[in-house]
Amino acid sequence: MSKILEGLKYSESHEWVKVDGNTAYIGVSDFAQKEMGDITYVDMPEEGDDVMAGEEFGALESVKASSELISPVSGTVLAVNSELEDAPEKVNEDAYGAWIIKVAMSNEGELDALMDAAGYKALIGE
Amino acid sequence: MKYYDKLIFELSKEGRCGYSLPMNKFPAAPEVPQQLRRQAPARLPEVAEPDVVRHYTNLSQMNFGVDTGFYPLGSCTMKYNPKINEEMAALPGFAGLHPLMHAGLTKGALKVYQEMNKALAAITGMYTFTFDPCAGAHGELTGLMIMRTYHMLRGDMARTKVIVPDSAHGTNPASAAVCGLEVVEVKSLENGRIDVEALKPLLGPDIAGIMMTNPNTLGLFETEIKTIAKLVHDAGGLLYYDGANMNPLMGVVRPGDMGFDIMHLNLHKTFSTPHGGGGPGSGPVGVAKHLEDCIPDLRVSGFHGNFGVILRAYAYILALGKDHLKQVGQYAVLSANYIKECLKDVYKLPIEGVCKHEFVFDGLINDGAHDDVPGATTLDVAKRLLDYGFHAPTIYFPLLFHQALMIEPTETESKETIDTFIGVMRTIAAEAARDPNILHDAPHNAPITRPDETMAARNPILKYEW
Amino acid sequence: MGNLPYLPHTEADIRAMLEKIGVKKLEDLYSDVPSEFLKKGAYALPEALSEQEIRDYFASLEAMNARLKVFVGQGAYDHYTPAVIPYLCSRSEFLTAYTPYQCEISQGTLRYIFEYQTLMCELTGLDVSNASMYDGPTAAAEAMKMAIACARKKNRVLLSRALLPHVVKVVETYAKFHGVEIGYVSADEGQTSLEALKAELAKEDVAGVIVPSVNRYGIIEDHTGFADAIHAEKGLLVEYCDPSALAVVKTPGEWDADIAVGDGQPLGLPLCYGGPYVGFMTVKKEHMRKMPGRIVGQTQDKQGRRAYVLTLQAREQHIKREKATSNICSNESLMALWVTIYCSLMGPEGLKEVNKISADGAHYLKAELLKTGQFEDVFPDKPFLKEFVLKPKQFPGLMQKKLEEAGFFAALDTEEGYVSFCVTEKRSKEEIDRLVKVVKEG
Repeated sequence: MSKILEGLKYSESHEWVKVDGNTAYIGVSDFAQKEMGDITYVDMPEEGDDVMAGEEFGALESVKASSELISPVSGTVLAVNSELEDAPEKVNEDAYGAWIIKVAMSNEGELDALMDAAGYKALIGE
Repeated sequence: MKYYDKLIFELSKEGRCGYSLPMNKFPAAPEVPQQLRRQAPARLPEVAEPDVVRHYTNLSQMNFGVDTGFYPLGSCTMKYNPKINEEMAALPGFAGLHPLMHAGLTKGALKVYQEMNKALAAITGMYTFTFDPCAGAHGELTGLMIMRTYHMLRGDMARTKVIVPDSAHGTNPASAAVCGLEVVEVKSLENGRIDVEALKPLLGPDIAGIMMTNPNTLGLFETEIKTIAKLVHDAGGLLYYDGANMNPLMGVVRPGDMGFDIMHLNLHKTFSTPHGGGGPGSGPVGVAKHLEDCIPDLRVSGFHGNFGVILRAYAYILALGKDHLKQVGQYAVLSANYIKECLKDVYKLPIEGVCKHEFVFDGLINDGAHDDVPGATTLDVAKRLLDYGFHAPTIYFPLLFHQALMIEPTETESKETIDTFIGVMRTIAAEAARDPNILHDAPHNAPITRPDETMAARNPILKYEW
Repeated sequence: MGNLPYLPHTEADIRAMLEKIGVKKLEDLYSDVPSEFLKKGAYALPEALSEQEIRDYFASLEAMNARLKVFVGQGAYDHYTPAVIPYLCSRSEFLTAYTPYQCEISQGTLRYIFEYQTLMCELTGLDVSNASMYDGPTAAAEAMKMAIACARKKNRVLLSRALLPHVVKVVETYAKFHGVEIGYVSADEGQTSLEALKAELAKEDVAGVIVPSVNRYGIIEDHTGFADAIHAEKGLLVEYCDPSALAVVKTPGEWDADIAVGDGQPLGLPLCYGGPYVGFMTVKKEHMRKMPGRIVGQTQDKQGRRAYVLTLQAREQHIKREKATSNICSNESLMALWVTIYCSLMGPEGLKEVNKISADGAHYLKAELLKTGQFEDVFPDKPFLKEFVLKPKQFPGLMQKKLEEAGFFAALDTEEGYVSFCVTEKRSKEEIDRLVKVVKEG
């Protein structure tokens, strides 16, 4: 059983969003990290880059796979979690603690298109 | 094979030397000016000749090659590498040729290119070949450049997409992207062939062509090739043939006759040149007559391609002649079908019917999973094969199946070798059914046990530090 | 005529196998092929030759080639190959292995590639090397693509006019199809011009710049100020190098370059009419994830023993497919082994000595040629090692012909109307004196 946190928003491509005012923290779900296996590298954008809802902003890599990270919201990258540069395993250890990017949202309305915990639970069917 | 744990740097001792150079009889040239001079010396090893010979001999003994044993690696055509080829390629009259010598000085080399061109054209039904590409993927890239050039020369600039089946080799979409083409994927049917109905709506004025391998990566002949060729040509596109799977067609079917306009060959697969642990290869590209003019401007490698590899392949073709060509294709197909029929009761065969030079199993029928013990995977089967003295098949490719195990025996293996392999594959299936843990821990008898690949990727150590 | 010795199938074997498959004859195995595609009639190939006949035929082809003493470089250098190298490289376990995907039985290949990577890092002074590429020019083309991938949004790469012509042509070909714009930096005084470079950089669209360490005129280039100017515009500095010369000239690392590429051929590979050679690429650590090609890394097996694997594979085409920055799959593994053994035998002193003998010989030849009065010096004050150009006072065709007749391949025409010479440690003083005599007697 994968962990699903209440109070977060989820995308169909398994990213989560934690909203703090106009700021969104974005990471991947526990389900996603399990599917991926041992994560060896997190490819992240640079501070100041723009991200678009539904578009790729980076990738998770394991030994034999690479999986795109899709941004659930649009906006500007305020910060990237530089801790993950040297310790990508943190995504495996605590998927909800290991945020990947922090975004200043340009359209908070996009949040409405995302799922809540119950909706996401139904999606992954566990 | 035994474990040997040295690196050449660890054998180094200051003042040792492994070289022999002539006495310098020239007056001393001016020194390299200080600001252009290397500051810290390069820390190359200092070792004597016997140290070097013993070190690399020891390293070689941790390696498995075709000369060691059976290498049923799907899509790689690991056939026997004839020894006369090596001697011919090393002849000083070839090895000593400078690549910028003009035609009057290199008549023998040029004759090799001309005769290779004629022979490959005869074998494939193409019109002419360029020998510049150094490997299969390099050939693909060159072939796609030719495809784009063809459309550009006609002023047809809108053709920026190329269709690639979902079963294609990974290099196909990558080559297309490097060549500035957008990849459009076409799905396969349940029977493993291209879905012609799914192909039709993709064909339009933006399609430069389609990349196919036939037989495809499942080892299945694309039976609708005639229809596909007509559809693509009618839509103004070209057909590219990925020659990685040419071996079963040797002496029986020619890509040119099936309607392909451009193709590459892997001389290091079909034409018996050794893989050398991952190269050098050679990937000559052939074109139909109407594309002849699209080659001249392309310069994809430094000089004339991998001449040394071309020489080896030429010696092989001379040995084959018209007499043995068909045996290559037929025996490769015979061996593949024989293995398939002998193992399909213990390994899942997703698609029945006659295959060509290779086929794909989708894991074990009984993987032995019980209680908390996970079943044996394709990776486990592959690693267990190493214990029994065989190289593993290609695994987890094509991506159409989760437990893909792709077996290609080639025509140079005897029935006895193949029967032993079949016996071992059945033993492994029985082991899995009994206790999958035997497989999970394999290999047990190789120079090393399974390495920690996650550690390697998370904390990359990519050179020796001292 | 007997059977082909590479095919072990007997009639009985074939019958037994067909029976198991459930078909009557070999042709039935192609029942899925539409009959119109089954080749009818004989292939237009010669009759099969026996091994002895192949040998004789190759001897006749070999005899059609000229056997000349090579006094030309321009990207392919006639350095000496120690006997140990072909001896070890022809060991079956190295020669007949595939790419080391099954690492447990490929530790030999993986270890020598790891050694090769270490050696290339040492020679170039950079942090990370891949497992090798096709040749120098394609490695330069890959560096061009890598600069574009690193720069994001910028789409122009500059090439020095002093790069070897074949390097420029290959990079241009790749650029045309990859959609990369190419600009040029002039080299009027025999070396890439910093002023011209700065003028191009001022356009603010440059992702990377490729310059030669030792250039097409054989001149050792001075790249003072290059890295600063390029990095100020967030571009990458790519140095195209002769790895043999890096034993003595300032390294890409010392010039603060981001990427070094070149051809490993001068490290003991035979000329072999242009290939197989081996391209190399090393980069600064920060660019490691964008580097194309296979890479070998060190790790441990289950018993904690040192073990080697192909790593960082998520960059590569078999995983990224159309998203990969390169389509490269094969490297030139066996030639990387060749280079590795060469560097091991030569060591730091041997490689310096090779450079010393070659440079002394080249300077001697240049001085003697100038004494004949038939040439003008083109770049009299520029430092060089084994290669140099001169301007012939008369059309050089006749001289070249005389040189060939006397057994020399020398005085190669360049696009600028110069003739190019090269001297390696294989060329003796006696040979040089003889060559000069031929020139003098015109």
